Amino acid sequence: MSGGHHHTAEPAPIERRVAALEEAMVSRGLTTTEFIDAVVQAYENDIGPMNGAEVVARAWTDPDYKDRLLADGAAAIAELGFGGPEGEHLVVVENTETVHNVIVCTLCSCYPWPVLGLPPGWYKSHAYRSRMVREPRVLLAEMGLELGPQMEIQVWDSSAEVRYMVLPQRPEGTEGWSEESLAAVVTRDSMVGAARL
Amino acid sequence: MSERPVPELAALQGPEAPPRRNGEVVFDAPWQGRALALAIALTRGTDLGWDSFRSRLMAAIDADRDRPYWESWVEALEDLARAVEAA
Repeated sequence: MSGGHHHTAEPAPIERRVAALEEAMVSRGLTTTEFIDAVVQAYENDIGPMNGAEVVARAWTDPDYKDRLLADGAAAIAELGFGGPEGEHLVVVENTETVHNVIVCTLCSCYPWPVLGLPPGWYKSHAYRSRMVREPRVLLAEMGLELGPQMEIQVWDSSAEVRYMVLPQRPEGTEGWSEESLAAVVTRDSMVGAARL
Repeated sequence: MSERPVPELAALQGPEAPPRRNGEVVFDAPWQGRALALAIALTRGTDLGWDSFRSRLMAAIDADRDRPYWESWVEALEDLARAVEAA
C-alpha cells in the first residue's frame, strides 16, 4: 500500500499489461498516445457518471440512505453495487443553499471513478488543479458557474486516502419524480462540483 | 448523453458485446478504456481487420466464462499483438 498521493505504489497487473501493450505499440509505430487518448476521451463524457447519478437519486428520495451516504460514502455506494478498490475511501459532500463543494486533485488526477467514470480532460489539466485551490470562484465562473458572494465554496483535494464526490442539491420542480427520472438529470459536472443543477 | 460512434464497438453484438448501462458502454477502470482504444488502433494500423480481434475476443470469453469481460478483452488484445509481432 502506498502512503503517497498516487492511487497505489504498483498498478494492478492488468493495468501493467495494458500499459505494456500501449508502450510496445507506440514504439512500433502502430499507434500514438494521442490516438488512444482521443478514443478514451470520446467515452469520458458518456460513461461512468451513471453510477453516481443513481447514488444521488437514491439520496434525494430516501433520507435514511442520504444519512448513510454522508456518514460513510463507500459503504452506502457499495449498497448499490458500486465500488471496488478505488471506491473504498469515498466521502460524499453535500451542496446546500449556502455551501458549494468542488473536487480537485492537486497532485495528480485522483478521481472517484467507480461512481463518476473516467475523469474529463480538464480535471487533469494543470490549470484546473492549481487554480481550483487558488481562485475557485473565478475558475468556476469561467467554467460557466457563477456563484454569488453569499455562497461559501469548499474545495476538496483528493488523495490516495480519500476521494470525494459532490451530492448536488435536488433541483426545484422535481417533486414526485421517480428515482430513474431524477438520475437522468444528474450530470457528471454537478457531482464534481463544476456545475449546479 | 449520446455515445460517440466507434464502428468497431457497434459491430460487437453477440456475447462479445461490452457491458452497457442505459445503452452506454461502461468502464469500471481507466485501463479498460485504453484497452478498447488499443484494439481499435491495432486493427486499424495493420492489415488485420476488426474480425481478427473480434474472433479472438469471442474465443477468450469462451475460454473462461467467469473472467470479467475487459480481462478477456486484454487476453484477446495480447494474442492479437503477438500475431502482429510474428507477422
